[in-house]
Amino acid sequence: MKYNSVFDIIGPVMIGPSSSHTAGAAKIGKAARNLLGSEPSWAKIHLYESFAKTYKGHGTDFALAGGLLGFETDDPRMSKALEIAKERGLTIEFMEDTSAVSHPNTARLIIGNGEDQVELVGISIGGGKVEITELNGFELRLSGNHPAILVTHNDRFGAIASITSILAKNQINIGHMEVNRKDLGKEALMVIETDQNVEEAVLQELTKAQNIIQVSTIVS
Amino acid sequence: MFRTVAELVEIAEKENISISEVMIRQEMEVKEKTREEIFSEMEKNLEVMEKAIEDSLKGVESVTGLTGGDAVKIQEYMKEKTPLSGDLLLDAVSKAMGTNEVNAAMGTICATPTAGSAGVVPGTLFAVKNRLNPTREQMVRYLLTAGAFGFVVANNAFISGAAGGCQAEVGSAGAMASAAIVEMAGGTPQASAEAFAMTLKNMLGLVCDPVAGLVEVPCVKRNAAGSSLAIVSADMALAGVTSRIPCDEVIGAMYRIGQTMPSTLRETGEGGLAATPTGQLLKEKIFGSLA
Repeated sequence: MKYNSVFDIIGPVMIGPSSSHTAGAAKIGKAARNLLGSEPSWAKIHLYESFAKTYKGHGTDFALAGGLLGFETDDPRMSKALEIAKERGLTIEFMEDTSAVSHPNTARLIIGNGEDQVELVGISIGGGKVEITELNGFELRLSGNHPAILVTHNDRFGAIASITSILAKNQINIGHMEVNRKDLGKEALMVIETDQNVEEAVLQELTKAQNIIQVSTIVS
Repeated sequence: MFRTVAELVEIAEKENISISEVMIRQEMEVKEKTREEIFSEMEKNLEVMEKAIEDSLKGVESVTGLTGGDAVKIQEYMKEKTPLSGDLLLDAVSKAMGTNEVNAAMGTICATPTAGSAGVVPGTLFAVKNRLNPTREQMVRYLLTAGAFGFVVANNAFISGAAGGCQAEVGSAGAMASAAIVEMAGGTPQASAEAFAMTLKNMLGLVCDPVAGLVEVPCVKRNAAGSSLAIVSADMALAGVTSRIPCDEVIGAMYRIGQTMPSTLRETGEGGLAATPTGQLLKEKIFGSLA
Protein backbone atom coordinates (compact mmCIF):
# COMPACT_ATOMS: atom_id res chain seq x y z
CA MET A 1 0.00 0.00 0.00
CA LYS A 2 1.21 3.49 -0.87
CA TYR A 3 0.24 4.94 2.51
CA ASN A 4 0.77 2.91 5.65
CA SER A 5 0.27 5.34 8.54
CA VAL A 6 -2.50 7.60 9.82
CA PHE A 7 0.15 10.32 10.04
CA ASP A 8 0.50 10.23 6.25
CA ILE A 9 -3.12 11.43 6.16
CA ILE A 10 -3.28 13.67 9.25
CA GLY A 11 0.09 15.35 8.69
CA PRO A 12 2.72 16.41 8.03
CA VAL A 13 2.94 19.65 9.96
CA MET A 14 4.28 21.98 7.33
CA ILE A 15 4.74 25.48 6.01
CA GLY A 16 2.07 26.22 3.36
CA PRO A 17 0.82 26.42 0.74
CA SER A 18 0.82 22.90 -0.82
CA SER A 19 1.47 19.45 0.62
CA SER A 20 2.48 17.96 -2.71
CA HIS A 21 4.16 21.02 -4.23
CA THR A 22 5.77 22.42 -1.07
CA ALA A 23 6.14 19.73 1.64
CA GLY A 24 6.63 16.92 -0.90
CA ALA A 25 9.14 18.98 -2.86
CA ALA A 26 11.12 19.66 0.33
CA LYS A 27 11.24 15.93 1.04
CA ILE A 28 12.54 15.17 -2.47
CA GLY A 29 15.24 17.82 -2.02
CA LYS A 30 16.21 16.37 1.34
CA ALA A 31 16.39 12.82 -0.07
CA ALA A 32 18.79 14.07 -2.76
CA ARG A 33 20.93 15.78 -0.12
CA ASN A 34 21.03 12.60 2.00
CA LEU A 35 22.10 10.57 -0.99
CA LEU A 36 24.84 13.02 -1.85
CA GLY A 37 25.97 12.83 1.74
CA SER A 38 26.80 16.53 2.04
CA GLU A 39 25.46 19.98 1.22
CA PRO A 40 25.44 20.44 -2.56
CA SER A 41 27.19 23.44 -4.11
CA TRP A 42 25.11 23.30 -7.27
CA ALA A 43 21.79 21.88 -8.41
CA LYS A 44 20.02 21.58 -11.76
CA ILE A 45 16.35 20.87 -11.29
CA HIS A 46 13.97 19.79 -14.06
CA LEU A 47 10.26 20.23 -13.31
CA TYR A 48 7.48 18.45 -15.20
CA GLU A 49 3.72 18.91 -15.74
CA SER A 50 1.93 20.32 -12.66
CA PHE A 51 5.29 21.01 -10.97
CA ALA A 52 6.45 22.91 -14.07
CA LYS A 53 3.21 24.88 -14.51
CA THR A 54 2.71 26.00 -10.93
CA TYR A 55 6.04 25.86 -9.13
CA LYS A 56 6.30 29.61 -8.54
CA GLY A 57 2.83 29.89 -7.03
CA HIS A 58 3.22 26.84 -4.84
CA GLY A 59 6.70 27.64 -3.62
CA THR A 60 8.02 24.39 -5.12
CA ASP A 61 11.25 26.25 -5.94
CA PHE A 62 12.01 27.39 -2.40
CA ALA A 63 10.83 24.06 -0.97
CA LEU A 64 13.25 22.09 -3.16
CA ALA A 65 15.98 24.50 -2.11
CA GLY A 66 14.97 24.08 1.53
CA GLY A 67 15.21 20.31 1.20
CA LEU A 68 18.65 20.58 -0.37
CA LEU A 69 19.67 22.70 2.63
CA GLY A 70 18.38 19.96 4.96
CA PHE A 71 15.20 21.73 6.16
CA GLU A 72 12.27 19.72 7.51
CA THR A 73 8.78 20.44 6.07
CA ASP A 74 7.86 22.67 9.02
CA ASP A 75 11.09 24.70 9.09
CA PRO A 76 10.12 28.38 9.48
CA ARG A 77 13.01 29.38 7.19
CA MET A 78 11.37 27.49 4.29
CA SER A 79 10.00 30.47 2.35
CA LYS A 80 13.43 32.15 2.52
CA ALA A 81 15.28 29.03 1.35
CA LEU A 82 16.29 30.46 -2.04
CA GLU A 83 18.00 33.43 -0.38
CA ILE A 84 19.61 31.19 2.25
CA ALA A 85 20.88 28.86 -0.51
CA LYS A 86 22.55 31.81 -2.19
CA GLU A 87 24.18 32.88 1.08
CA ARG A 88 25.50 29.36 1.64
CA GLY A 89 26.95 29.17 -1.87
CA LEU A 90 24.43 26.79 -3.39
CA THR A 91 23.61 27.68 -7.01
CA ILE A 92 20.27 26.36 -8.22
CA GLU A 93 18.95 26.35 -11.76
CA PHE A 94 15.29 25.50 -12.47
CA MET A 95 14.11 24.20 -15.83
CA GLU A 96 10.53 23.71 -16.99
CA ASP A 97 10.72 20.43 -18.88
CA THR A 98 8.01 19.38 -21.33
CA SER A 99 9.09 15.73 -21.65
CA ALA A 100 6.38 13.15 -20.97
CA VAL A 101 6.42 11.70 -17.45
CA SER A 102 4.13 9.18 -15.78
CA HIS A 103 3.26 11.30 -12.73
CA PRO A 104 2.11 14.95 -12.85
CA ASN A 105 4.30 16.03 -9.93
CA THR A 106 7.73 14.96 -11.08
CA ALA A 107 11.14 16.54 -10.48
CA ARG A 108 14.57 15.47 -11.70
CA LEU A 109 17.39 16.72 -9.49
CA ILE A 110 21.00 16.68 -10.53
CA ILE A 111 23.10 17.94 -7.65
CA GLY A 112 26.75 17.93 -6.83
CA ASN A 113 29.54 19.00 -4.55
CA GLY A 114 33.19 18.72 -5.61
CA GLU A 115 33.61 15.36 -7.31
CA ASP A 116 30.40 13.87 -5.96
CA GLN A 117 27.22 13.97 -7.99
CA VAL A 118 23.74 12.51 -7.61
CA GLU A 119 20.90 12.41 -10.10
CA LEU A 120 17.47 11.36 -8.94
CA VAL A 121 13.85 11.54 -10.00
CA GLY A 122 11.25 12.08 -7.30
CA ILE A 123 7.47 12.13 -7.51
CA SER A 124 5.16 13.78 -5.02
CA ILE A 125 2.11 11.55 -4.76
CA GLY A 126 -0.08 13.66 -2.46
CA GLY A 127 -0.42 14.78 1.14
CA GLY A 128 3.34 15.25 1.45
CA LYS A 129 4.22 11.64 0.49
CA VAL A 130 6.99 11.15 -2.04
CA GLU A 131 8.64 8.31 -3.92
CA ILE A 132 12.08 8.16 -5.49
CA THR A 133 11.68 6.46 -8.88
CA GLU A 134 15.15 6.82 -10.37
CA LEU A 135 18.66 7.16 -8.98
CA ASN A 136 21.77 7.71 -11.11
CA GLY A 137 20.08 6.12 -14.11
CA PHE A 138 18.68 3.15 -12.19
CA GLU A 139 14.95 2.69 -11.96
CA LEU A 140 13.74 1.99 -8.45
CA ARG A 141 10.78 2.41 -6.17
CA LEU A 142 11.65 3.87 -2.86
CA SER A 143 8.69 4.75 -0.67
CA GLY A 144 10.52 6.62 2.04
CA ASN A 145 8.38 4.72 4.59
CA HIS A 146 11.45 2.95 5.92
CA PRO A 147 15.18 3.61 6.24
CA ALA A 148 17.05 2.34 3.20
CA ILE A 149 20.57 1.44 2.12
CA LEU A 150 21.56 2.01 -1.49
CA VAL A 151 24.52 -0.02 -2.64
CA THR A 152 26.16 0.58 -6.00
CA HIS A 153 28.13 -2.52 -6.94
CA ASN A 154 29.68 -4.43 -9.82
CA ASP A 155 27.27 -6.91 -11.38
CA ARG A 156 29.19 -10.02 -10.23
CA PHE A 157 28.13 -13.17 -8.42
CA GLY A 158 28.39 -12.99 -4.67
CA ALA A 159 28.00 -9.20 -4.38
CA ILE A 160 24.46 -9.47 -3.05
CA ALA A 161 25.30 -12.35 -0.73
CA SER A 162 28.21 -10.44 0.79
CA ILE A 163 25.95 -7.50 1.63
CA THR A 164 23.06 -9.55 3.01
CA SER A 165 25.38 -11.68 5.14
CA ILE A 166 26.87 -8.56 6.75
CA LEU A 167 23.33 -7.32 7.50
CA ALA A 168 22.37 -10.74 8.90
CA LYS A 169 25.47 -10.82 11.09
CA ASN A 170 24.45 -7.42 12.51
CA GLN A 171 20.87 -8.61 13.05
CA ILE A 172 19.39 -6.14 10.59
CA ASN A 173 16.15 -7.31 9.00
CA ILE A 174 15.44 -6.55 5.33
CA GLY A 175 11.86 -5.44 4.69
CA HIS A 176 12.11 -4.97 0.93
CA MET A 177 14.92 -5.37 -1.56
CA GLU A 178 15.45 -4.91 -5.26
CA VAL A 179 18.40 -5.09 -7.63
CA ASN A 180 18.75 -3.22 -10.89
CA ARG A 181 21.58 -3.16 -13.39
CA LYS A 182 22.28 -0.99 -16.39
CA ASP A 183 23.74 -3.86 -18.40
CA LEU A 184 25.06 -7.37 -17.89
CA GLY A 185 28.30 -7.31 -15.92
CA LYS A 186 28.28 -3.52 -15.48
CA GLU A 187 27.32 -1.32 -12.55
CA ALA A 188 24.27 -2.37 -10.55
CA LEU A 189 22.25 -0.96 -7.68
CA MET A 190 20.83 -2.72 -4.65
CA VAL A 191 18.05 -0.96 -2.79
CA ILE A 192 17.47 -2.42 0.64
CA GLU A 193 14.72 -1.18 2.94
CA THR A 194 15.42 -2.05 6.55
CA ASP A 195 13.33 -1.94 9.71
CA GLN A 196 15.79 0.24 11.58
CA ASN A 197 18.41 2.85 10.73
CA VAL A 198 21.79 1.24 10.05
CA GLU A 199 24.78 2.32 12.13
CA GLU A 200 27.86 3.93 10.63
CA ALA A 201 30.11 0.97 11.58
CA VAL A 202 27.91 -1.41 9.58
CA LEU A 203 27.97 0.95 6.60
CA GLN A 204 31.76 1.01 6.76
CA GLU A 205 31.78 -2.79 6.73
CA LEU A 206 29.44 -2.83 3.72
CA THR A 207 31.66 -0.38 1.83
CA LYS A 208 34.66 -2.68 2.30
CA ALA A 209 32.90 -5.77 0.90
CA GLN A 210 34.03 -7.12 -2.46
CA ASN A 211 32.67 -5.53 -5.65
CA ILE A 212 31.03 -2.70 -3.73
CA ILE A 213 31.49 0.73 -5.28
CA GLN A 214 29.46 3.00 -3.02
CA VAL A 215 27.07 2.82 -0.09
CA SER A 216 24.59 5.55 0.80
CA THR A 217 21.57 5.70 3.05
CA ILE A 218 18.17 7.24 3.47
CA VAL A 219 17.39 7.76 7.13
CA SER A 220 13.77 7.59 8.22
CA MET B 1 -4.87 -4.16 7.95
CA PHE B 2 -8.07 -2.69 6.50
CA ARG B 3 -8.11 -1.87 2.80
CA THR B 4 -11.70 -0.74 2.38
CA VAL B 5 -14.32 1.15 4.36
CA ALA B 6 -16.39 -2.06 4.49
CA GLU B 7 -13.48 -3.84 6.20
CA LEU B 8 -12.93 -0.90 8.54
CA VAL B 9 -16.58 -0.90 9.64
CA GLU B 10 -16.61 -4.70 9.90
CA ILE B 11 -13.62 -4.73 12.27
CA ALA B 12 -15.20 -2.00 14.41
CA GLU B 13 -18.53 -3.86 14.62
CA LYS B 14 -17.02 -7.28 15.24
CA GLU B 15 -14.74 -6.05 18.02
CA ASN B 16 -17.36 -3.63 19.27
CA ILE B 17 -14.94 -0.68 19.11
CA SER B 18 -14.95 2.74 17.45
CA ILE B 19 -13.35 3.57 14.08
CA SER B 20 -10.70 5.62 15.88
CA GLU B 21 -9.83 2.59 18.02
CA VAL B 22 -9.39 0.43 14.89
CA MET B 23 -7.01 3.08 13.54
CA ILE B 24 -5.02 3.25 16.78
CA ARG B 25 -4.63 -0.54 16.96
CA GLN B 26 -3.48 -0.74 13.34
CA GLU B 27 -1.00 2.09 13.83
CA MET B 28 0.36 0.41 16.98
CA GLU B 29 0.88 -2.82 15.07
CA VAL B 30 2.29 -1.44 11.81
CA LYS B 31 4.52 1.24 13.33
CA GLU B 32 5.37 -0.68 16.50
CA LYS B 33 4.43 2.30 18.63
CA THR B 34 2.66 2.50 21.96
CA ARG B 35 -0.81 3.95 22.36
CA GLU B 36 0.71 6.87 24.30
CA GLU B 37 3.17 7.65 21.51
CA ILE B 38 0.41 7.76 18.91
CA PHE B 39 -1.78 9.95 21.11
CA SER B 40 0.97 12.42 21.89
CA GLU B 41 2.08 12.62 18.23
CA MET B 42 -1.50 13.25 17.12
CA GLU B 43 -2.02 15.79 19.89
CA LYS B 44 0.88 17.79 18.49
CA ASN B 45 -0.96 17.93 15.16
CA LEU B 46 -4.06 19.06 17.05
CA GLU B 47 -2.06 21.88 18.66
CA VAL B 48 -0.81 23.05 15.26
CA MET B 49 -4.42 23.15 14.02
CA GLU B 50 -5.58 25.09 17.06
CA LYS B 51 -2.76 27.60 16.67
CA ALA B 52 -3.51 28.10 12.95
CA ILE B 53 -7.15 28.88 13.74
CA GLU B 54 -6.14 31.31 16.49
CA ASP B 55 -3.75 33.05 14.10
CA SER B 56 -6.36 33.28 11.37
CA LEU B 57 -8.89 34.91 13.68
CA LYS B 58 -6.38 37.68 14.33
CA GLY B 59 -6.45 38.27 10.56
CA VAL B 60 -3.88 37.17 7.97
CA GLU B 61 -3.14 38.15 4.41
CA SER B 62 -1.28 36.24 1.69
CA VAL B 63 1.73 37.69 -0.13
CA THR B 64 -0.37 38.28 -3.25
CA GLY B 65 -3.25 39.82 -1.32
CA LEU B 66 -5.69 37.44 -3.05
CA THR B 67 -6.81 35.84 0.21
CA GLY B 68 -7.04 36.61 3.92
CA GLY B 69 -9.43 38.29 6.30
CA ASP B 70 -12.61 36.41 5.35
CA ALA B 71 -12.53 34.22 8.47
CA VAL B 72 -12.59 37.38 10.60
CA LYS B 73 -15.41 38.87 8.52
CA ILE B 74 -17.59 35.84 9.17
CA GLN B 75 -16.89 35.86 12.92
CA GLU B 76 -17.87 39.53 13.10
CA TYR B 77 -21.05 38.88 11.13
CA MET B 78 -21.96 36.11 13.57
CA LYS B 79 -21.57 38.50 16.50
CA GLU B 80 -23.58 41.31 14.95
CA LYS B 81 -26.31 39.43 13.10
CA THR B 82 -28.21 36.16 13.28
CA PRO B 83 -26.78 33.96 10.52
CA LEU B 84 -29.34 32.21 8.34
CA SER B 85 -27.42 28.95 8.23
CA GLY B 86 -26.75 28.66 11.96
CA ASP B 87 -23.88 29.43 14.28
CA LEU B 88 -22.20 26.01 14.32
CA LEU B 89 -22.14 25.72 10.54
CA LEU B 90 -20.84 29.22 10.00
CA ASP B 91 -18.25 28.83 12.78
CA ALA B 92 -16.91 25.75 10.97
CA VAL B 93 -16.86 27.65 7.68
CA SER B 94 -14.97 30.53 9.26
CA LYS B 95 -12.38 28.28 10.92
CA ALA B 96 -11.90 26.16 7.80
CA MET B 97 -11.35 29.25 5.67
CA GLY B 98 -9.11 30.73 8.34
CA THR B 99 -6.84 27.68 8.39
CA ASN B 100 -6.56 27.82 4.63
CA GLU B 101 -5.84 31.56 4.77
CA VAL B 102 -2.92 30.79 7.08
CA ASN B 103 -1.77 28.13 4.62
CA ALA B 104 -1.94 30.57 1.70
CA ALA B 105 0.05 33.07 3.75
CA MET B 106 2.78 30.39 4.13
CA GLY B 107 2.04 29.87 7.79
CA THR B 108 2.31 26.55 9.64
CA ILE B 109 -0.54 24.09 9.18
CA CYS B 110 -1.15 20.36 9.42
CA ALA B 111 -2.02 18.71 6.10
CA THR B 112 -5.40 16.90 6.39
CA PRO B 113 -5.05 15.13 3.99
CA THR B 114 -3.36 17.91 1.99
CA ALA B 115 -2.43 21.53 2.59
CA GLY B 116 -4.96 22.86 0.08
CA SER B 117 -7.73 21.08 1.97
CA ALA B 118 -6.22 21.58 5.43
CA GLY B 119 -9.10 23.73 6.72
CA VAL B 120 -11.96 21.26 6.61
CA VAL B 121 -11.06 18.73 9.32
CA PRO B 122 -9.86 21.27 11.95
CA GLY B 123 -12.54 23.82 11.01
CA THR B 124 -15.36 21.35 11.67
CA LEU B 125 -13.61 19.94 14.75
CA PHE B 126 -13.24 23.28 16.51
CA ALA B 127 -16.81 24.29 15.65
CA VAL B 128 -18.40 21.00 16.75
CA LYS B 129 -16.26 21.15 19.90
CA ASN B 130 -18.29 24.08 21.20
CA ARG B 131 -21.49 22.06 20.91
CA LEU B 132 -20.35 18.60 22.05
CA ASN B 133 -17.74 19.63 24.65
CA PRO B 134 -15.41 16.70 23.92
CA THR B 135 -12.42 15.73 26.06
CA ARG B 136 -8.95 16.26 24.63
CA GLU B 137 -8.81 12.52 23.96
CA GLN B 138 -12.04 12.65 21.98
CA MET B 139 -10.58 15.47 19.88
CA VAL B 140 -7.52 13.35 19.12
CA ARG B 141 -9.85 10.47 18.25
CA TYR B 142 -11.68 12.77 15.82
CA LEU B 143 -8.44 13.12 13.88
CA LEU B 144 -7.82 9.37 13.99
CA THR B 145 -11.30 8.61 12.64
CA ALA B 146 -10.84 11.17 9.87
CA GLY B 147 -7.42 9.64 9.21
CA ALA B 148 -8.80 6.08 9.00
CA PHE B 149 -11.18 7.06 6.21
CA GLY B 150 -8.54 9.16 4.46
CA PHE B 151 -6.21 6.17 4.63
CA VAL B 152 -8.67 4.11 2.55
CA VAL B 153 -9.09 6.90 -0.02
CA ALA B 154 -5.33 7.46 -0.35
CA ASN B 155 -4.65 3.77 -0.94
CA ASN B 156 -7.57 3.08 -3.28
CA ALA B 157 -7.82 6.37 -5.14
CA PHE B 158 -5.86 9.60 -4.62
CA ILE B 159 -5.76 12.63 -2.35
CA SER B 160 -3.96 15.16 -4.51
CA GLY B 161 -5.46 17.68 -6.91
CA ALA B 162 -2.73 17.00 -9.45
CA ALA B 163 -3.73 13.35 -9.56
CA GLY B 164 -7.50 13.51 -9.15
CA GLY B 165 -8.81 17.09 -9.00
CA CYS B 166 -10.31 18.93 -6.02
CA GLN B 167 -12.77 16.06 -5.42
CA ALA B 168 -9.70 14.13 -4.21
CA GLU B 169 -8.63 16.93 -1.85
CA VAL B 170 -11.55 18.93 -0.45
CA GLY B 171 -13.87 16.05 -1.40
CA SER B 172 -11.84 13.61 0.69
CA ALA B 173 -11.33 16.11 3.50
CA GLY B 174 -15.04 16.90 3.76
CA ALA B 175 -15.98 13.22 3.71
CA MET B 176 -13.34 12.41 6.36
CA ALA B 177 -14.69 15.21 8.56
CA SER B 178 -18.28 13.93 8.18
CA ALA B 179 -17.27 10.50 9.42
CA ALA B 180 -15.38 11.98 12.38
CA ILE B 181 -18.28 14.24 13.39
CA VAL B 182 -20.62 11.25 13.44
CA GLU B 183 -18.33 9.31 15.78
CA MET B 184 -17.88 12.29 18.10
CA ALA B 185 -21.67 12.79 18.20
CA GLY B 186 -22.16 9.16 19.24
CA GLY B 187 -23.12 7.64 15.88
CA THR B 188 -22.23 4.09 14.84
CA PRO B 189 -19.26 3.16 12.62
CA GLN B 190 -21.73 2.39 9.81
CA ALA B 191 -23.31 5.85 10.22
CA SER B 192 -19.81 7.35 9.84
CA ALA B 193 -19.45 5.46 6.56
CA GLU B 194 -22.85 6.72 5.37
CA ALA B 195 -21.89 10.32 6.18
CA PHE B 196 -18.59 9.88 4.38
CA ALA B 197 -20.32 8.50 1.28
CA MET B 198 -22.90 11.31 1.20
CA THR B 199 -20.28 14.05 1.35
CA LEU B 200 -17.99 12.51 -1.25
CA LYS B 201 -20.93 11.87 -3.60
CA ASN B 202 -21.68 15.57 -3.60
CA MET B 203 -18.07 16.48 -4.33
CA LEU B 204 -17.62 14.14 -7.30
CA GLY B 205 -16.30 15.82 -10.40
CA LEU B 206 -14.94 18.88 -8.63
CA VAL B 207 -11.92 20.09 -10.57
CA CYS B 208 -8.66 21.61 -9.34
CA ASP B 209 -8.33 24.95 -11.13
CA PRO B 210 -6.26 27.30 -8.98
CA VAL B 211 -5.89 30.85 -10.30
CA ALA B 212 -2.23 31.53 -11.17
CA GLY B 213 -1.48 28.07 -9.78
CA LEU B 214 -1.73 29.45 -6.25
CA VAL B 215 -3.44 27.63 -3.36
CA GLU B 216 -5.74 30.61 -2.81
CA VAL B 217 -8.54 31.10 -5.33
CA PRO B 218 -10.80 29.10 -5.15
CA CYS B 219 -9.15 26.85 -2.53
CA VAL B 220 -10.03 28.92 0.54
CA LYS B 221 -13.73 29.02 -0.32
CA ARG B 222 -13.79 25.37 -1.33
CA ASN B 223 -12.72 24.64 2.25
CA ALA B 224 -15.84 26.53 3.32
CA ALA B 225 -17.97 24.34 1.04
CA GLY B 226 -16.28 21.13 2.21
CA SER B 227 -16.78 21.90 5.89
CA SER B 228 -20.43 22.93 5.56
CA LEU B 229 -21.23 19.83 3.52
CA ALA B 230 -19.43 17.71 6.13
CA ILE B 231 -21.74 18.93 8.88
CA VAL B 232 -24.91 18.54 6.80
CA SER B 233 -24.00 14.97 5.80
CA ALA B 234 -23.15 14.09 9.40
CA ASP B 235 -26.57 15.34 10.52
CA MET B 236 -28.23 13.36 7.72
CA ALA B 237 -26.42 10.17 8.74
CA LEU B 238 -27.23 10.74 12.43
CA ALA B 239 -30.88 11.10 11.41
CA GLY B 240 -30.66 7.63 9.85
CA VAL B 241 -30.35 8.63 6.20
CA THR B 242 -28.18 6.17 4.26
CA SER B 243 -26.36 6.30 0.94
CA ARG B 244 -27.81 4.09 -1.78
CA ILE B 245 -24.32 3.68 -3.26
CA PRO B 246 -21.95 2.04 -0.75
CA CYS B 247 -19.00 4.06 0.50
CA ASP B 248 -16.28 2.05 -1.26
CA GLU B 249 -18.09 2.32 -4.58
CA VAL B 250 -18.28 6.09 -4.19
CA ILE B 251 -14.50 6.13 -3.65
CA GLY B 252 -14.15 3.98 -6.78
CA ALA B 253 -16.29 6.43 -8.74
CA MET B 254 -14.15 9.32 -7.51
CA TYR B 255 -11.04 7.48 -8.71
CA ARG B 256 -12.40 6.78 -12.18
CA ILE B 257 -13.66 10.35 -12.59
CA GLY B 258 -10.23 11.65 -11.60
CA GLN B 259 -8.52 9.40 -14.10
CA THR B 260 -10.59 10.82 -16.94
CA MET B 261 -10.06 14.44 -15.89
CA PRO B 262 -7.87 16.34 -18.35
CA SER B 263 -4.60 17.68 -16.96
CA THR B 264 -5.84 21.27 -17.50
CA LEU B 265 -8.23 20.61 -14.60
CA ARG B 266 -5.72 18.90 -12.32
CA GLU B 267 -3.70 21.59 -10.54
CA THR B 268 -1.96 23.00 -13.60
CA GLY B 269 -3.69 26.37 -13.37
CA GLU B 270 -4.68 26.09 -17.04
CA GLY B 271 -8.42 25.41 -17.01
CA GLY B 272 -11.63 26.21 -15.14
CA LEU B 273 -11.52 29.36 -13.00
CA ALA B 274 -7.81 29.81 -13.75
CA ALA B 275 -8.69 30.21 -17.44
CA THR B 276 -11.39 32.88 -16.93
CA PRO B 277 -10.57 36.44 -18.06
CA THR B 278 -10.28 37.57 -14.44
CA GLY B 279 -8.24 34.50 -13.51
CA GLN B 280 -5.80 35.28 -16.34
CA LEU B 281 -5.68 38.94 -15.38
CA LEU B 282 -4.83 38.10 -11.77
CA LYS B 283 -2.09 35.76 -12.92
CA GLU B 284 -0.59 38.47 -15.08
CA LYS B 285 -0.75 40.99 -12.24
CA ILE B 286 0.98 38.64 -9.81
CA PHE B 287 3.66 37.10 -11.98
CA GLY B 288 3.90 39.88 -14.55
CA SER B 289 5.11 42.22 -11.85
CA LEU B 290 7.51 39.65 -10.40
CA ALA B 291 9.10 38.71 -13.71
